[in-house]
Amino acid sequence: MKSANRFFSFVKKELLHILRDKRTLLILFGIPIAQVVLFGFAITNDLNNAPISILDRAHDQGSREITERLLSSGYFTLLDNLDHPPDIEAAFRKGKAKLIIEYGPDFYQQLMKGRGLNLFLAADASDPNMANLLVNYASAIINKYILEKLPAMANQRRIQPEVKMYFNPSMKSVFMFVPGVMSVILMLVSAMMTSISIAREKEQGTMEVLMVSPVKPVQIILAKVFPYLLLSLVNAASIVALAYFVFGMPVQGSLFLLGLEVMLFILTSLGLGILISTLVSTQQTAMMISLIALMLPTIILSGFIFPIENMPRLLQILTYIIPARWFLVIIKDIMLKGVGIAFFWKETLILAAMCLLLLGISIKKLKVRLE
Amino acid sequence: MPEPIIIIKELTRKFGDFTAVNHISFEVEAGEIFGFLGANGAGKTTAIRMLCGLLKPSSGSGMVAGADILKNPNLVKSRIGYMSQRFSLYEDLSVMENIRLYGGIYGLKKALVKKRAAQLIEKTGLNGLEKRLVGDLPLGWRQKLALSTALIHRPQVVFLDEPTGGVDPITRKQFWEMIYETAAGGTTVFVTTHYMDEAEYCDRVCIMTEGMIRALDKPDILKKKYDAGNMDEVFLKLAR
Repeated sequence: MKSANRFFSFVKKELLHILRDKRTLLILFGIPIAQVVLFGFAITNDLNNAPISILDRAHDQGSREITERLLSSGYFTLLDNLDHPPDIEAAFRKGKAKLIIEYGPDFYQQLMKGRGLNLFLAADASDPNMANLLVNYASAIINKYILEKLPAMANQRRIQPEVKMYFNPSMKSVFMFVPGVMSVILMLVSAMMTSISIAREKEQGTMEVLMVSPVKPVQIILAKVFPYLLLSLVNAASIVALAYFVFGMPVQGSLFLLGLEVMLFILTSLGLGILISTLVSTQQTAMMISLIALMLPTIILSGFIFPIENMPRLLQILTYIIPARWFLVIIKDIMLKGVGIAFFWKETLILAAMCLLLLGISIKKLKVRLE
Repeated sequence: MPEPIIIIKELTRKFGDFTAVNHISFEVEAGEIFGFLGANGAGKTTAIRMLCGLLKPSSGSGMVAGADILKNPNLVKSRIGYMSQRFSLYEDLSVMENIRLYGGIYGLKKALVKKRAAQLIEKTGLNGLEKRLVGDLPLGWRQKLALSTALIHRPQVVFLDEPTGGVDPITRKQFWEMIYETAAGGTTVFVTTHYMDEAEYCDRVCIMTEGMIRALDKPDILKKKYDAGNMDEVFLKLAR
């Protein structure tokens, strides 16, 4: 009874700190929403109305039909029709066209006679991902056309694979960003905010007073992180809700399981936050360490933005110690694939081990500091 | 004669090779204002931290408010009050919120906190300012509030670690009046200070240098013994 009373006095105090500080409030509630919206609408890898230039030296059935298909796909819009071979480099430097398509003379005739494809694609690779995307989309449309015209081609040449995108059939990048944003936000709220708030008490000297009180250090820390645990859960819920209602991202799997895994990740982040706060004595250092040692790796090494498979071996090994790496796999499995714990028990176990280790170390460090 | 409220015997604390507090022994009577003086680095803070149950002594023993500082530091903590040189209230909480928080920390029941808060507000003259944020109060009032809050659980001993650092002379005087009242109410006051004139206000003072106690007595007796006009001279003679 006595200790429950103590605990709630603390939690109340901590909530008051958070509510009174406009900056904290902004970080807690403004950033998550801004990030999801930003990643959902603005920063997108999806192809949408990319401007293309066309040089049609054939002017035949084939060139017309393919052009029509490209333009009606929604991925491309016609910037201009060129009438003489363009200076491709100059065209790209002007920066308007992203892709240039050139049909050779007698394009349709040569195609139908099986003499190959007299077609040339040039892409502006100053943005390599975009260039790849453009070429892939255009090739897919062109290949489909050729197969319709010449079904025999499929057997004669190599087999054309038919591609179907599972779990994210329209390849919406928001599906990729939501789990990533969630892990960044949770890391931000749980680890950075707690480490700053503990450091603030040290800086202002109020920690000393708390230490002289009969409240045990572990109790102080638990009461301190409890409001952030709640806030993080609220944040996670609002991100999932935003993704679901605004961007149509499904939650295929169990919502309950999702909640538990989110909780596990939050606890791991809180462990990191407490650990940082035991190492530093000012708010500024706490913030710098959180940003550099936690936020950046969470963004860069978790597979959120850069695929882990494409990293050099050394960096790949480094990703193993990033909690968000495992969390991302779990979230995607639950939200997009709708599978159960049987498919990601390994990731869960790794995360749980990290969580226990971090909480254990930070609580131990707290005690040592007091001796 | 009642039992002394603080009994310290041969208390020592080492940090590696460095001995911060070197076999100090003293007793403090209940209701006394006990001044603890010393230059920076003389071992004052280390000694206080051990008395408050924050730091484990390397050797020696001590009883504070009837609790053993080695065996039961948590009991010590619940029986003492503490106010540090750095401001110990939360500036972004209101007067009342601070009082309630400390009441909660020391495990007081809600009704009791309410009753004592009312008394405390009355005594410090903060009527009508209960909802004001502590950060908006003048320093003098904050200091008074900090001391009253440190006493909310009616501790037997209160430790004040340089409570008047950086405070103007008038506020300092008012603060000492509060200390007198506290002691008159039966609470033992253990106070460290840099200001030698404040030493004159204490019932007894203890002067530490290099981790050891150099002198411990009533200010008048010390002045006579060292043939000094005031405590400042006593301190300079000893510290040399």
